[in-house]
Order: sequence, then C-alpha cells, then structure tokens
Amino acid sequence: MGYSFSIYLQPSLRAGTTSSQQQQLSADGKLVWQKYNCQSCHQLYGLGGYLGPDLTNVYSAPGKTEAYLKAIILGGNKQMQGFKLSEEEQHQLMEFLKVADQSGSADPRKFRIESDGMIR
Amino acid sequence: MAALIMLLLGLFFGVMAAHSYILPGFWNDVLGFIKLRPLHVSSVLFWILLGGTGCIYAALDYLAPGRVSVKMAKLQFAIWIGSIAIILWSYLNGSYGGREYWEFNPVYALPIALAWLLFLANFIRAVRLLKNWPVYVWMWMTGILFFLFTFAENYLWVIPYFREHFITDTTIQWKANGSLVGSWNQILYGTAFFLMDRITQTKEIGSNKTAFAMFFLGLFNLMFNWGHHIYTLPTEVYVKYIGYAVSMTEWIFFIKIIYTWKQSVTVMQRHYHYFPYRFLMASDIWVFINITQAVLMSIPALNLYTHGTHVTVAHAMGTTIGINSMILLAACFEFLGNKHTASQKGYKLLNISFWVTQIALLVFWLSLNGMGVLRGIWQMSEKQAPFSLMMDGMQPWFMVFVYSGSVMMLSMGTIVIMLLRSGFRKPVSIATPVPDSGIKQVSTKE
Repeated sequence: MGYSFSIYLQPSLRAGTTSSQQQQLSADGKLVWQKYNCQSCHQLYGLGGYLGPDLTNVYSAPGKTEAYLKAIILGGNKQMQGFKLSEEEQHQLMEFLKVADQSGSADPRKFRIESDGMIR
Repeated sequence: MAALIMLLLGLFFGVMAAHSYILPGFWNDVLGFIKLRPLHVSSVLFWILLGGTGCIYAALDYLAPGRVSVKMAKLQFAIWIGSIAIILWSYLNGSYGGREYWEFNPVYALPIALAWLLFLANFIRAVRLLKNWPVYVWMWMTGILFFLFTFAENYLWVIPYFREHFITDTTIQWKANGSLVGSWNQILYGTAFFLMDRITQTKEIGSNKTAFAMFFLGLFNLMFNWGHHIYTLPTEVYVKYIGYAVSMTEWIFFIKIIYTWKQSVTVMQRHYHYFPYRFLMASDIWVFINITQAVLMSIPALNLYTHGTHVTVAHAMGTTIGINSMILLAACFEFLGNKHTASQKGYKLLNISFWVTQIALLVFWLSLNGMGVLRGIWQMSEKQAPFSLMMDGMQPWFMVFVYSGSVMMLSMGTIVIMLLRSGFRKPVSIATPVPDSGIKQVSTKE
C-alpha cells in the first residue's frame, strides 16, 4: 500500500511543467483519445496497439503540423477510418498530444544502456 | 458454459481483427479493427474471469460441499453475463470510453466490481471453516483480493487529479494492468495446483513447501514487478529498479522448472492419455517458454529492443492461450466431464485438435516474434523508413500470423464445441482418473 501511495502522490511532490489550464485540456484530450479508442492501433511510450505508429512525439515530428494531424484524424488513410471529431474535441486531443510530446521521448534510439542493464 | 462461449467469440473476433494486417481497412465500414480488437480482448478477458471463477466454484463444491451460496453465485453470474452482453453491444455500436483491455464505458465496471464482491463474500463463506488451507486456496484468496484492488486502481483515471498528470496516470495504468494479470494468474495457477492434486489423487502438490515458496514468489512479483512495462516512460527511477530487481526473481521459477524437468516428464508420460492432464502438461511447457521470454524481456537493455514490438504481443498470446487457456480447458475437461474420450472416434478428434492447437500456437507465437524482431530493427535503425513501408515489409509474417491464428481458431473451436456438447448434455459424465494406468472410469451423475 505504501508503495502504491508513493506513486499516487507523485503529482503533488513533482513540480509541474504545464499550466493547470493545459493540464485540464490535456486530461479532456485523453478522454477524447479513449472515446475514439485510439489505443487500439496507436501507442504512447510503446504501450497500446500495433497497427499504427507510436504517437508520443508525433506533435513535434518533422512535417507533422496540427493541420496535418487533424486532416489524418478526420479523413483517415488506407488503414485508418476517418473520425468525426468536433472542433472542441480536436483542440483537446491536440493539447493531449502536445503534453505527451513534452513529457519526454519515446524513441528507443535516444536511450543509453547503463552498466547494470538499466536504460536512461 | 458462458466462459466457453466467450472463448469461441474471442477466437472469432481475434481472427477477424488479425485480417486487418493483411487486408488494410478490412471491414472498416462494418466492424473494422477498432471494434474487433476490443471485442476480441474483452471476450478473452471474460473467458478467463468467468472460467477462473467457475473453476473455483467447482473446486469448492469438492473442498467445502454445501458451503457455497448458490443464490449468490447465480446472482454474480447473472450480473456478469448481463454486463458482458451490454459491453459487447456497446463495442458493436462504436461506444468506448475506457482504456486498454477495458475499453468499455467505465460505468459498466461498477456491476463487474459488484459481482466480484459477491464472489469474494461467497468464497470467504465457503473456505472460512477449512483448516490448513492448501496452497491453491491461498492463491485463490490473494488472486480475488488483488483483482478487486487493482481493478479499482485501474479506474483512478476517472478522478481528474490522476488524469491531469500524464506520466503518473500512465504509470498507474500499467501498474494496475500488470498486477491484474498477476491476480488472475494466481487464480488460474491455484486451479492448476488443485487439478494436479485431484488428478494424482494426493494432497502432496498443494501442501508442500516448494508450492508455498512459489506462491509467495508469485505474489511478490504480482505486487512489484509491473515496473518492467514502463522502462521507457519518464517516471520515477526507483519504480523501474524495483520492477527490474523483482522481475529477476523469476529466474527462480525458470531454474525450478529445469530442476524438476525429468520428474515432470515421467509424470506426464504416466497421465498422457487423460485429457485434463494433457492440457496441464501443455500449460507447463508454455510456462517454460513464456518465463524464459519474460525474464529476458524484463532486462531493460533487452526490453529497449522488444518494447512496443510484437514480441510483447507474442508474450501476451503465449500466456493467455498457452498457459491460461490450457489450464482452463484442463479444468473444463475435469469438471464438465468428457464423454468424447470414451469413444475411439471422440478421442481421435480431441487428440488431433489438441496437437493442431499446440502446433498452430507455436507457429503463431513464432510469427509474432518474427514481426517483433523486424519492428525492433526498424525502431533502432538510424535512417528509419516510413511506418507504412516497415509494415509492408512484414507482409509474409502477417500471412503466417493470420493463417496460423485461423487454424488455431478451428482446432480450439472444435475442442470448445465438444466441451459445450458435453456440458449441455444431461446427465453429466464425470471422468475419474485411475493413477498410473492412463485409463478413466466413467461414472454418471444425475
């Protein structure tokens, strides 16, 4: 239980890097992510589905502007169906992807292997 | 019965979903991968949960006759079956809202938890007067309690405090998911211990010190090894080190399997012709394969190459099909009875289906590992090709994956249909093994 609570209390102990408004928007964006079941095909930090690419850092990926991301979400592609997100949902989802991107890098090439086998 | 139907559905939805890998956009206008994946995952999860709890009730009927409240058990299953029907219907209508493994609207988690509380109360009512609990009763008890705890923890995200902090939220999500798997493993491994005691007609397996040592080690891993899911997540370093260190204790399971291998093979040969044992034997071999893979994947330096690839899926499939489903099928043969082995024709069909399932599963598992290796190479390559090109390059592996999965659906489906026919037929036939001979005595009960 102590171990569990040490994890639950982390947000209170850690200094925030995002504003409370952005936190709230991204939390709503996570609900949009869940509402449209994005995790079926996509991953965040390598966790999720395997049919589509990992989206942790898609927000800052070269050539992937917000307009491009929205176009793919709404229009779909060969594998992915298009989704009918409202303007508000699109905005929330973009904030969520922005916060995910700012949280760190999910690119395995950027990790270093330590002598004890741990990665950093 | 309901559990077996869920398995049939899980197999069907799984094969349909897998077709999206070779036919992009497969059934997108009707069902599509986005609906098929949660339909598959939830069906299989409910196969494990319904099957696991059903096995415990069947075992309690033997261990503590008359102490289970039938009314409470019926209410529990009625709530579950009603909830499952609504959940599957919601997926078909494109209504989600939950998270990985539990993609349904969180409202439906309430009846599932309520039914689990009924199950807990019923279990305690049945076992409280038992003296000297064998290891499997402890495993069931801890599995039931931890399921309840981690299932609730899995829904902490509904509270904004957690959802607003992305890294902590993701850490908790995979903490809960990892421990949930550990909790139903406790229930199923407990069932395997019970079956071994029953089949060999001894009380040695469920009461010896090694079994208790393995139970505590399993429990320790259930509580602390989940950190190996999130080595790449920028969460607290101590979480990763605890996950790493605790996961390495799984080498003890590995060494134990090697150490007792010869003895296990002798026992396997003795009971080979008895189907419940045959399925337990298969699960033992899959435990070995999956433990080997799990301990290697839990080393962060290796995990870096396998994380986010199909190697993880191979491990999940090897565990849910090779271990969990084999134990449950063993229990189904033991508890539902198996008239089919009484006839030469039935025995032959089951024998073929059993071996086709094992071979198809091995090919399926290898194909997923092959896909994982290719994706791992792609992830680590300096000049990364576009994702779609990498996926196109995996087509031959996808074909093997889909076709071996389809064969497995047919062979496992045959086994399930034979079990359903046995279960629905009255009077129920219970096969009692005669140790050492491999021959069954078939008794008939009203």
